[in-house]
Amino acid sequence: MTLLWIPLLTLLGVLVPVFTERYGRGVLSLATATLPAVALALTLLQIPTLLEGDIPRVSLAWLPELGLDLAFRLDGLSLLFALLILGIGLLIILYAAFYLSAEEASGRFFAYLMLFMTAMVGIVMADNLLLLWLFWELTSLSSFLLIGFWSHSSEARKGARMAMTVTGAGGLALLAGLLLLGDMVGSFDLGVVLESGDAIRADSRYPLMLVLVLLGAFTKSAQFPFQFWLPHAMSAPTPVSAYLHSATMVKAGIFLMARLHPAIGDTALWGWIVTLTGMATFLYGAWFALIKTDLKAILAFSTVSHLGLITVLLGVGSPMAILAALFHIINHATFKGSLFMSAGIIDHETGTRELSKLGGLRKAMPVTAVLVSLAAAAMAGVPLLNGFLSKEMFFTELLDTPLLGGLGWLLPTLATLGGILSVAYSLRLVHAVFFKPAKESPPKSPHEPPHLMRLPVELLVTVCVLVGIIPAVLATGLLDLATRAVLGEALEFHLAIWHGFNVPLLMSVLALAIGILVYAMHSHIRRLARQFAPVDARRSFEQGTQTLVAATQAITLRLENGSLQRYMSLLLGASLLLATLGLLDLPTLAGDKPSQPLDGVLILGAALLIFGAVGTAVTHRYRLISLLMLSVVGLLVSLTFARFSAPDLALTQLSVEVVTMILLMLALFFLPQKTPRESTAKRNIRDLLLAGSLGMVVASLNYAVLTRDMSSIAHFFMENSIPGGGGHNVVNVILVDFRGFDTLGEITVLALAGLAIFKLLNRLRLFMPHSDGEGRLWSPDRYPMILTSVSQALLPLALLVSAFIFLRGHNQPGGGFIAGLIAAVALILVYMARGVEWAQSRLDFQYQPVAIAGVAVATLTGLGSWAFGRPFLTSAFGHFHLPILGDFELATAMLFDLGVFLAVVGATLMILANLGKLTTPHRPSKEPATTTPGKEKKS
Amino acid sequence: MESLYAITTGILSASGLYLTLRGRTFPVVVGLTLLSYAVNLFLFSMGGLTTNGAVILNGEGHYADPLPQALVLTAIVIGFAMTAFVVILAMRARGDLGNDHVDGRKLDEPREERG
Repeated sequence: MTLLWIPLLTLLGVLVPVFTERYGRGVLSLATATLPAVALALTLLQIPTLLEGDIPRVSLAWLPELGLDLAFRLDGLSLLFALLILGIGLLIILYAAFYLSAEEASGRFFAYLMLFMTAMVGIVMADNLLLLWLFWELTSLSSFLLIGFWSHSSEARKGARMAMTVTGAGGLALLAGLLLLGDMVGSFDLGVVLESGDAIRADSRYPLMLVLVLLGAFTKSAQFPFQFWLPHAMSAPTPVSAYLHSATMVKAGIFLMARLHPAIGDTALWGWIVTLTGMATFLYGAWFALIKTDLKAILAFSTVSHLGLITVLLGVGSPMAILAALFHIINHATFKGSLFMSAGIIDHETGTRELSKLGGLRKAMPVTAVLVSLAAAAMAGVPLLNGFLSKEMFFTELLDTPLLGGLGWLLPTLATLGGILSVAYSLRLVHAVFFKPAKESPPKSPHEPPHLMRLPVELLVTVCVLVGIIPAVLATGLLDLATRAVLGEALEFHLAIWHGFNVPLLMSVLALAIGILVYAMHSHIRRLARQFAPVDARRSFEQGTQTLVAATQAITLRLENGSLQRYMSLLLGASLLLATLGLLDLPTLAGDKPSQPLDGVLILGAALLIFGAVGTAVTHRYRLISLLMLSVVGLLVSLTFARFSAPDLALTQLSVEVVTMILLMLALFFLPQKTPRESTAKRNIRDLLLAGSLGMVVASLNYAVLTRDMSSIAHFFMENSIPGGGGHNVVNVILVDFRGFDTLGEITVLALAGLAIFKLLNRLRLFMPHSDGEGRLWSPDRYPMILTSVSQALLPLALLVSAFIFLRGHNQPGGGFIAGLIAAVALILVYMARGVEWAQSRLDFQYQPVAIAGVAVATLTGLGSWAFGRPFLTSAFGHFHLPILGDFELATAMLFDLGVFLAVVGATLMILANLGKLTTPHRPSKEPATTTPGKEKKS
Repeated sequence: MESLYAITTGILSASGLYLTLRGRTFPVVVGLTLLSYAVNLFLFSMGGLTTNGAVILNGEGHYADPLPQALVLTAIVIGFAMTAFVVILAMRARGDLGNDHVDGRKLDEPREERG
């Protein structure tokens, strides 16, 4: 579990700066540094375990269905990177405390920095491919925040956006690649994946997977042709550049390639892609580092170049090459980190990073001059410094690789060329800043920085020198562990400064000599470079983005023009297309189930249904007639249910039909009575075609299903209805017992709809017509005598029927839904016959609490089973004998059904009674109604 | 019988869909109601068409499939709630906007034939 604490501590560290910012910069940076320091100590404590040959691992199930576990490991490779990330991270925190100006939001900065650190630690320690990807995305996000930290600057925003776009797109490719990889192996567990290398390489999807994964790695590590984002990310504060863009984030791609090398490396394809990409990047970066004039741009391009170098080594892939790659990762992190921080110091002290404005700083900043010279010499590969050792190994491996066959001399030649350029730009960096006399004086008069700000640089340069002189003592142990993690076995090696006179040494000497020469002729090179028009990556990137945005906006505007009719037709068109494609797959429309015979009643019923439906559509401009036609359809649907053995459905449909019609009639009173003729003929034909074709698709689908035999899960419900639910009416038992949870959801929706309507009616501006659609005045006789007297007699009877239907529901057609609807209809009849005033004085209560009580009763019934240690909504039932009434069955399901009953009554009356009250003083509004009569004709 | 049932469902759907494509709220609400009838009939028939087989268990017998029935029963009630909500929304829209067009724009906004 100690392992879990390492990423967790850095994650908790995100909160520290937020809470300590108010106590000043010193406390803030110290407090921020505490948790990563502890994490670093925990990491170091794991080393003895690693030395024994064990790999500490920890795994917690997170989303096991997806294969995503919260799994971490700390093998040698993770250790190497974790030490870099945490160690350099601590130095950066120290450095940033001095770098940021007093008025900057340093709390926010440190919080982002810690978030980034967590993401990086997560990547290198993840023991699950999906988890790795998750942290990978988190680095993209947090680096976006860090690069864009100076959000007032347009360059920072654009640079951040570009980095985000490129690395984010790469991240998506990586996700696809990792999913493919996991699918090939059958597991996302890193341990399993690393052991299945042979199976992966034999898989037919290997090339695709490899390209996708490498896309992710190349974009992150700024490999050619995706290198363009890195120089623009330099608009970030310098601590960010030093941390993200030299030591850590850009190494994430390298880390990924090293991590997955046992699983997906070691093929010709891998060798070709990785080596050649790396070589192109190596030379490209070195060339631009030589001709740029901004200090940070030079460092950015040299970073690109060195990342290319490491990539080449990983591409070559021999054990010694892997060792060299890992060694160079450490070396590059130390010398480049110190160079970046020095660049920040120079910028800080002089106010500029332009080489032309700098010069002669040796006098003002003697210590910094020594430090930068040493670090730059390490970068150039001067003996006795760490860069020399790994560069020497790089040359050796390129001489030995069989990769290009007969053209094998090409790689070492190109490598020497890159070496020459490295020497030239390193020399230029030192000479132009510190030794060449200044042409013009910098904006600020320079002096040495505060000592603590220089301390991280001093520490890193010390490492460069010590590793360069006694590599065997300092680097062997760590490298041994790391190579063992990548290669799977221990590698015999010996780090030494002197290997005798050999070809690599010759290459180094050549590079140094010619490099100095090249710098001497630097003015010629600048002239040569000026003949090529500079390609501004940011401008072309921005242009591309703008074009893309404009194109997508145009498409969106075409699809989304604010017309509901357009959306509806698009939606229906899409469903038509999909359903048609599905139907095309059927071999024949009709199945082999024999057809049942027709009879006269059925034909008449179908004819009436069709008449009603078509009538509704045809007469839609005369809304009342259309509504009457609709009621015909509703009634016949109810009869259809009755005809095909569904008495519950028939009863429900019938009572819902009554309620719906009353509702629509009431609503129609407040709406225009006629629809204006406004659709063009073209529109009408389109709609007819669309609706007609969809109707045909529905009919075909329905026919196809009806003529085929199917297996149903119905027998389960049939068999268990009586023994398990205690009811003979299976439909009701399903509703209140088997699928009680669904029903609970549905009555909740019903109650919510009622509440929403209640709110919608609140302070509604009404259009109150004086007359009907034909211009006739409404009848003054509001409450007809016959209806009044009948309704009064009907109410107790109807309520009795409702109770009866409710009670018998478990065993005969009926139940809470139907009983509730019948009760609601009976009450509404009273409202209609007597008017709201009369009914209100006798039924003086609100319906909202009724509906809510219904849902509450049903929920509590469900919860009640918890009291007996059973799952939610388990029902119990028993038989009781009562005198006179006889045998009597009681089930908890009946209590649940009571909840359904109350919810239905409450919701229905909440809707209808409130709608009916609109024209009366009882309407749901605190303010007097603002009726605007006579506006009818305007629409 | 099956073909007649399927054709009826198809015509109900077509009529309902045609109405939902109209430009005024009330026909759209009516169309939605009609469409929900069609959908209910369609779903109901997924258990097959059974005559004289109501699922009230008493001994051996030939019963209809109860599952689609239970699903459709709640669908009917929910359908009512949704119809009610939409029609009140239509009233509200007319109250707030002064017209009953489905696009929900005020009367004085320019309205060309779109969609």
